[in-house]
Amino acid sequence: MIEINIRKRIRTFNELDYIQVKTSFMPRAVTQITGPSGAGKTTLLKVIAGLVHPEEGTLSVNGEVWFDRAKGINFRPRERKTGMVFQDYALFPHMTLRQHLLYGTRDEEYIERLIEIGQLGKFCKHKPRHLSGGQQQRLAILRALSTKPKLLLMDEPFSALNSSLIEDMMRDLKTLFNELQLTCLIVSHQQRITEAFSDFTFSLDTPGE
Amino acid sequence: MDWLPILLSMKLAGITTLILFFIGLPVAWWLSEKNSVFSVIVEAVITMPLVLPPSVLGFYLLLAFSPQQSLGKWLQETFDISLVFSFKGLVIASVIYSLPFMISPLKSAFMHLPKSISQASYTMGKSKFQTLWYVLLPNIKPAMLTAAVLTFAHTLGEFGVVLMIGGNIPGVTKVASIAIYDSVESMDYQLAHYYSLVLFALTFIIVITVFILNRRLGKSPLE
Repeated sequence: MIEINIRKRIRTFNELDYIQVKTSFMPRAVTQITGPSGAGKTTLLKVIAGLVHPEEGTLSVNGEVWFDRAKGINFRPRERKTGMVFQDYALFPHMTLRQHLLYGTRDEEYIERLIEIGQLGKFCKHKPRHLSGGQQQRLAILRALSTKPKLLLMDEPFSALNSSLIEDMMRDLKTLFNELQLTCLIVSHQQRITEAFSDFTFSLDTPGE
Repeated sequence: MDWLPILLSMKLAGITTLILFFIGLPVAWWLSEKNSVFSVIVEAVITMPLVLPPSVLGFYLLLAFSPQQSLGKWLQETFDISLVFSFKGLVIASVIYSLPFMISPLKSAFMHLPKSISQASYTMGKSKFQTLWYVLLPNIKPAMLTAAVLTFAHTLGEFGVVLMIGGNIPGVTKVASIAIYDSVESMDYQLAHYYSLVLFALTFIIVITVFILNRRLGKSPLE
């Protein structure tokens, strides 16, 4: 179970605002996070990953406290080891597709399986600049899974993929998630598509509301 | 023509560049990550040699290294090292004088990398050092080359600081720029021409090489 109760200041166009989240996410399930633009969905994922620090609150994952402002507890991102799919993919320009996955794991068999899920077998030696937008996005998903994380945070992970590819990937990813007993939080504007993939939905309101 | 001043200049520039490379990388990375009053002050101090007249810097370094002053006296008494009018002194002065030429391009390169690639590495369980080594440094190779060459070329052409700290001791502190000045002083324009032409050719070749290498290395990742 992920239990979160945080308050984080965010800077909007001309003023300071805050997001306040108090909820819990079911373990080993996929939860879709929805909300209007600027509601703080990406910030929420970054707070959970430890990349952004809230001003107040607590965060615990499966009973382990990752963040507690009052007690001064704040696990570093590398200690949390959440898999994260970034909106801008955040691929490493100098690494080939296979090197991206090798950076996360040395398990060759697992790497082959990930490449198969992403249908990227032909592009193992390609660097990001030689991949299309959709291929880059699939690589970003596979890289986030390469460390076999227990918690996967996905920020608009399917925005550059066509619907048939999304369906194929979702089916294979769901199987992998079950095997890894993985909890997944997914932010997406393609609600209709990701609804089929999700077990729960959490709605984030506009800041200040 | 005596080639010793040219060789001495090359030696000074090479050693200075090497030292500054290892000092500059961590400092530039630290500056790119921090945004505090302290880091701003550090950056301002590092940038000072860029705007300060070399003679000013040279004068204060001369005072500091002098055996009559506390630092120079301490170095002399503790390690038996005298930095004034010595090659060691020239190296230290050059390192200080060329600091911004190494650090600015590196810092700028670090800052231009998307923050998310470091963050992606951290979420994969990697430390700051691993991220620097495996993710950031391979992506700033052109800037590393530019910074090293700028530092080398700048040190090669150093005059004011070198003159103040090193003077004009043949084989020890008489570098190419001092040799040119010395030749002009003694009205030997022919010799001054030779030294100048060699320096001109050297720096031109270095700059051209950097342009060619950077064209190969510096393509945008998404081109």
